[in-house]
Amino acid sequence: MLPMIASRALQALLTLLLTSVVVFVLARTSGNPVDLVLPPEATAAERRIFIERNGLDRPLPVQYAVFLGGVVQGDFGMSIRTRQPAVDLVLERLPRTLILATAGLFIALVISVPIGVLAAARRAGFWDRFGQGFALLGQSVPAFWLGIVLILVFSVHLQWLPSSGTGGWRNYVLPAIVLGWSISAGVVRLLRSSMLEVLGTEFIKLARAKGLTERRVIWKHALWNALIPVITFIGFMYGVIIASAVVVEVVFGWPGLGYLAYESTLWRDFPVLQCAVLAYTAVIVTINLLVDICYGLIDPRVRA
Amino acid sequence: MEAAPLLEVENLSVDVFGERGVGRAVDGISFTVRRGEALGLIGESGSGKSLTCLTVMRLNPSPSTRVAGGMLRLDGNDLLRLGEDEMRSYRGRRIAMVLQDPMAALNPVFRIGDQIGEALALHRGLRGAGQEKVALELLGRLRVPDPARTLRSFPHQLSGGMRQRVVSAIALAGQPELLIADEPTTALDVTVQAAYLGLLRQLQRESSLAVLFVTHDLGAIARVCDRVAVMYGGRIVEVADVGTVFRAPSHPYTQALLRSMPDVTRRSDRLDPIPGQPPSVFARKQGCPFAPRCGEAMPRCVEEMPPERSAGPGQVVRCWARGAA
Repeated sequence: MLPMIASRALQALLTLLLTSVVVFVLARTSGNPVDLVLPPEATAAERRIFIERNGLDRPLPVQYAVFLGGVVQGDFGMSIRTRQPAVDLVLERLPRTLILATAGLFIALVISVPIGVLAAARRAGFWDRFGQGFALLGQSVPAFWLGIVLILVFSVHLQWLPSSGTGGWRNYVLPAIVLGWSISAGVVRLLRSSMLEVLGTEFIKLARAKGLTERRVIWKHALWNALIPVITFIGFMYGVIIASAVVVEVVFGWPGLGYLAYESTLWRDFPVLQCAVLAYTAVIVTINLLVDICYGLIDPRVRA
Repeated sequence: MEAAPLLEVENLSVDVFGERGVGRAVDGISFTVRRGEALGLIGESGSGKSLTCLTVMRLNPSPSTRVAGGMLRLDGNDLLRLGEDEMRSYRGRRIAMVLQDPMAALNPVFRIGDQIGEALALHRGLRGAGQEKVALELLGRLRVPDPARTLRSFPHQLSGGMRQRVVSAIALAGQPELLIADEPTTALDVTVQAAYLGLLRQLQRESSLAVLFVTHDLGAIARVCDRVAVMYGGRIVEVADVGTVFRAPSHPYTQALLRSMPDVTRRSDRLDPIPGQPPSVFARKQGCPFAPRCGEAMPRCVEEMPPERSAGPGQVVRCWARGAA
């Protein structure tokens, strides 16, 4: 287990380094902050001062070296727009996004695991049809559209839940449902096929021959085995959740990292954008590491 | 002196539903397993042996198979009339099963101790230290070296022979009256097979367990069983004591089966395979299923299935060319 974690940590560092290069170059090919931040009537001298102060006149490799030198010391640069340290802005927003993403994942699992299991256990029955309809809807309805519809129904008409902002738990409900929605369909489908495969194995036959109740056969003997591929999928889909969180945060006016990344892209606020993307990368790399560890916890064959 | 019958199978038929239609995989078979007796059920792959075993447990796959008729009685109780909950209370406690492939029969994500313990908790209400003690005893009876360590192991850490002993320990955990062993040695190495069969025979004698032993290996039958039922094409064609089957087989199929067996004491180094293929489940059966491959077939054989006839003491055969009505 420990050597695996060490080698994964090394891989993670490499991933972060590569991501930093890509985001650094891509951000700078997308436009220039000078025209966006300074008013149109700014003089040429003012423009030059702005460019020099932000180091934008230097060659790209030099800019990158300066950036990397700062990162090593925990300095991700100052926001071009607000003149605050980029890392402070990101760290203030990150927990809100993580909580939202985790709530979304939780809702997705609470809904889709029982549907996936029941669809396989009562094959061709009501739950199987329900699961297939659910999966079809889940894959074809986009998150931004669902978000807008939910706001219309539950915030505007029924006025049960707030449409935007943070505060109590009620603020989490709609955005978390929309986020969970994006992966529930996949979990239902994957778990159904994985359960069907497991239910055909000899050890399920033996579990039944032992005299165990069908409930125990399905929810203990079959589910623990069927979850193994689902965990890989969830690790993989956590990235998708985080990515959909950008859209969802904009729709619901949720002041998270996604909203920050969205704004800093619009304003070509390079330091903040770079820091945000690196934070995303770090989160996804960590989740993948956690998935590998979970894997070992469920499947003893991986532990060896 | 004959012991009382424990399992009585009477005229049992099981249909299989496939893409090619309906086939009668088990076609009106009857046999009895007496208390404390080991009955061998021998036949080629596809002859319906495994399906017969699963049907006795009422675990035959549904909806792809269905009991079409007949009776299954355990100790006088009609198993086919039991509700699902009642039937479940029989499984593991009165009838237990050992499966063919020990590599696949244990759940890979739970420890051996949990898998044996689950059966002990369910059938004997044992938990905690008491459960562990009995689990250790069971593994000891099955001569598993280092039982304490085995209890803590996961299935993938054990050899095939050890896993089959663990599966057997699970089967014996509920102190069943009938043990169904469906080709328990097919997946094992030859030397491991011999040790396992010897152990099974000893356990069967010690606890006067009734065993239904399914195999396609006549040698295994000779080691473990008291009587043999020979199955072909979904039908039982001969039933006799083990000694009789080897000394004086009656049905042409049983005779051909013996001739096709390698025998180190025989001079000839040639085996005598049975020509032709076993019949498909979906081919419509009329007459004796073995007739197309039988050297002694008569016109009557392809038209009408012969009834049971006596061929000697304790020997029953279904063949127009054998026995007396």
